[in-house]
Amino acid sequence: MLNASLKQLSAMLAARKISSVELTSEFLKRSRALNPEYNAFITLDERTSLAQAQAADILIGSGRGQPLTGIPIAQKDIFCTKGWLTTCGSKMLSNFISPYDAHVIGRFNAVGAVNIGKTNMDEFAMGSSNETSFYGPVKNPWDTAAVPGGSSGGSACAVAARMAPAATGTDTGGSIRQPAALCGISGLKPTYGLVSRYGMVAFASSLDQGGPMAKSAEDLALMLNVMAGFDARDSTSLEREPEDYTRDLEKPLDGLRIGLPKEYFVKEIDEDVARAVEAAIGQYRKLGAETVEVSLPNTKLSVPVYYVLAPAEASSNLSRFDGVRYGYRAPDYLDLNDMYRKTRAQGFGSEVKRRILIGTYVLSHGYYDAYYIQAQKLRRLMAQDFAEAFKQCDVIMGPTSPTVAFDLGERSSDPVQMYLSDAYTIAVNLAGLPAMSIPVGFGHKNRPVGLHIIGNYFAEAQMLNVAHQYQLESDWHTRMPKE
Amino acid sequence: MQWETVIGLEVHAQLSTESKIFSGASTAFGAAPNAEACAVDLALPGVLPVLNRGAVERAIRFGLAVGAKVNSPSIFARKNYFYPDLPKGYQISQYELPVVEGGHIQLQIVQDGKEQEKIVRLVRAHLEEDAGKSLHEDFHGMSGIDLNRAGTPLLEIVSEPDMRSSVEAVAYAKTLHTLVRWIGICDGNMQEGSFRCDANVSVRLRGSDKLGTRCEIKNLNSFRFLEKAIDYEARRQIEILEDGGSIQQQTRLFDPEKGETRAMRSKEDAQDYRYFPDPDLLPLEISGNWIEEVKKGLPELPQQMRTRLEHDYGLSMYDALLLTADRDISEYYEAVVGKLPSDPKLCANWVMGEVSAYLNNEGRSFDVCPLSPAQLAQLLLRIKDGTISGKIAKDVFRQMWAQADAESISWKNREGVDEGLADRIIDSQGLRQISDSSALENLVYEVLAANPKSVEEFKAGKEKAFNALVGQVMKAARGKANPAQVNEILRKKLTE
Repeated sequence: MLNASLKQLSAMLAARKISSVELTSEFLKRSRALNPEYNAFITLDERTSLAQAQAADILIGSGRGQPLTGIPIAQKDIFCTKGWLTTCGSKMLSNFISPYDAHVIGRFNAVGAVNIGKTNMDEFAMGSSNETSFYGPVKNPWDTAAVPGGSSGGSACAVAARMAPAATGTDTGGSIRQPAALCGISGLKPTYGLVSRYGMVAFASSLDQGGPMAKSAEDLALMLNVMAGFDARDSTSLEREPEDYTRDLEKPLDGLRIGLPKEYFVKEIDEDVARAVEAAIGQYRKLGAETVEVSLPNTKLSVPVYYVLAPAEASSNLSRFDGVRYGYRAPDYLDLNDMYRKTRAQGFGSEVKRRILIGTYVLSHGYYDAYYIQAQKLRRLMAQDFAEAFKQCDVIMGPTSPTVAFDLGERSSDPVQMYLSDAYTIAVNLAGLPAMSIPVGFGHKNRPVGLHIIGNYFAEAQMLNVAHQYQLESDWHTRMPKE
Repeated sequence: MQWETVIGLEVHAQLSTESKIFSGASTAFGAAPNAEACAVDLALPGVLPVLNRGAVERAIRFGLAVGAKVNSPSIFARKNYFYPDLPKGYQISQYELPVVEGGHIQLQIVQDGKEQEKIVRLVRAHLEEDAGKSLHEDFHGMSGIDLNRAGTPLLEIVSEPDMRSSVEAVAYAKTLHTLVRWIGICDGNMQEGSFRCDANVSVRLRGSDKLGTRCEIKNLNSFRFLEKAIDYEARRQIEILEDGGSIQQQTRLFDPEKGETRAMRSKEDAQDYRYFPDPDLLPLEISGNWIEEVKKGLPELPQQMRTRLEHDYGLSMYDALLLTADRDISEYYEAVVGKLPSDPKLCANWVMGEVSAYLNNEGRSFDVCPLSPAQLAQLLLRIKDGTISGKIAKDVFRQMWAQADAESISWKNREGVDEGLADRIIDSQGLRQISDSSALENLVYEVLAANPKSVEEFKAGKEKAFNALVGQVMKAARGKANPAQVNEILRKKLTE
């Protein structure tokens, strides 16, 4: 059952072979048992989860069950969840019980899914290793000496360790795909605007996008069916006809054109990663796909551009955490400015402060044109690179991360090295494209390797088809870490 | 030395939408603190702004009314600073691309009987949200925060430094105040802060084309304060310059009790607001169709109406200004003229005179005037056709007022209005002027016979005596004689 797909679980629930209460209890028990070691969850709340499971059982019993009704889902602690502690991995929100539900949470509630807990994450989603969390680092279940990736490291760990059948994540520069790759699961960042950001604590508004994390592409499709959809409360939400993201899963891949950017396959990639990725591409050729070399000439600029734009937006987005209305407030202060200073000095961790400082700097008078405006121009160039590439191919592939999971503490004192772990994923956010990561093998120290699949705008169904066809021919996604 | 004052105004007009500019919370004034602050206004984690179309529509209306360019796209930007009544830590405003650019306001100034016209150019008008309020009293060493006002839509209207005196500045502010109410985008309530002015004031030697260093005076919430603050500030700057000093660029606050401005912060302390486009809001696109639609809904503008009243009705600039002070007056006046098109001036005199005085006295607006325009027009018709004199008419008017509908509903929506009210009062009290010439002649004979002394004086050339005789005839007629007719008959008889 731990390794069952969402479809299988859904069928078991519908056939009343198992109740949602039993299923939820099972995963809760496992999460409770494993969490002290993995630290994947910030909040587990059995009573609330089981109450939701009970309600789901009634729904299923009355024949009104939907594909995810009664299935426990782990929610990244960035999604405001009514009545639940919603910390965003920060001391700043360590006392914040949300009075409202994020759009994504509301969608899961509407179909009767069960919230099994809130997952650990890098503070305010700023990090690639989950080491910046106020609640301590998450461990990689494949090797507890390794990081799980970030910022959605808790969600990735929870799914990889089978503490939850599926989870939500958010991706601003790779925060779904990189931890998915490092933990050997599947994760999808949708086209910007597909999943409402309402109720998702903002890091960099023009880049943030919620998405599903699960064992397989098929599971991701079922999750996306619930998560995607227009929301009038988010002005960047796209008004489109609802889609069934499972519709193309079974299509054969004959004639699929896979673009391989020459800038991706360079010496910076570790050999073990390159080997697994190339093997996966070989498998695609066997499935009838052809590969073409494409070029994304501005790729190398994606990290510097991102580290201007994302901190700029973050410095402003995080201004609301001032100790005035909610969240942490320093216990002692002299006056208003002292209260602000101490609250923010004590409430934010060092990575968050670093980015607020960078963002404040690049938006300052006299620097704005040189940094922010320039970065916006380059951002458009990067989107054009992709547009050019997609004239020659249907999807683009490469490694999700240049390395397998690194050791805890290995990069935490070297921010630039840390930022480079997202070198392949960031450009996708800058362009607003959808992309995913699926497990394609193991590398150094038997740590997982992820394949990065980038699609054109709104090509989620096609990407999921591409991933699913590979997963029909491979079993990487069903492998479980030893406990 | 001859100094010239140079003034530019920034006006914050609160737009009259039901809900806030980026949230669904109500904008109604006077609720309990924070009762009208929703999750978005409180800036809870994860909330997002959604632009209120009604606020944009009002900005377009303004742009069209002042002959400005309505930009598409325009961009919302974040103005970043920390303050407890600014929940997000930034204000959503417009910076580089405002929704309205350019345009102008035409002023008519009547001062000491002199009429003057002037054009004040506008730089721009942009949409933004208001902040909340910090309450420093009642909290014993702490401050209270009321976020009801946070997110209220504002249109900030920025003029060029085209004004040269406090009189011009006040005329501009009043014209703008009339305009925003006229086109229905702002209620103009200055006590509640719906219309607030900041004045940029500098002085320079007359004849110079260089602008002096300016000071900005904040939050002037009455026309009187605006005038006083500008006058004080100009004097202050002139004194400094005449003493050989120089002006520091400052933001200053007007103290109404002392009638002074005092420094709030200088340019050196000016904050870096780190403006950048708000990534939560897409560029604001306004289609040509939308602009056309708004244009169709615009009423005749006060300036157009003033010109029409002067040209078509022969009214003075002063009359035209008063009759277009707000739409309620102008509509009332137009309705009266509609019933009595032959004498717009008589209508104007009565609307601005008796009607206005009675309404003021009761604190009512023209919209809910107890007498309908038709009722008033009938009374005026009776003056015009000689049925009653103007003097009697005032008495009739008083009685009409007392008997008319005192309910506070607009005259436009009233049913079953007694349009014959004036005639009924005139008839029932026998107030009709005696215009039967034989009856008047008899009266004149009687008066002449009873006042031989006056007759003699008149014949000796004293014109005053004539007036006394007229008075006697009127008295004998108990005010109901037609004065012109009495004059004529009397003069005829005396010179016979």
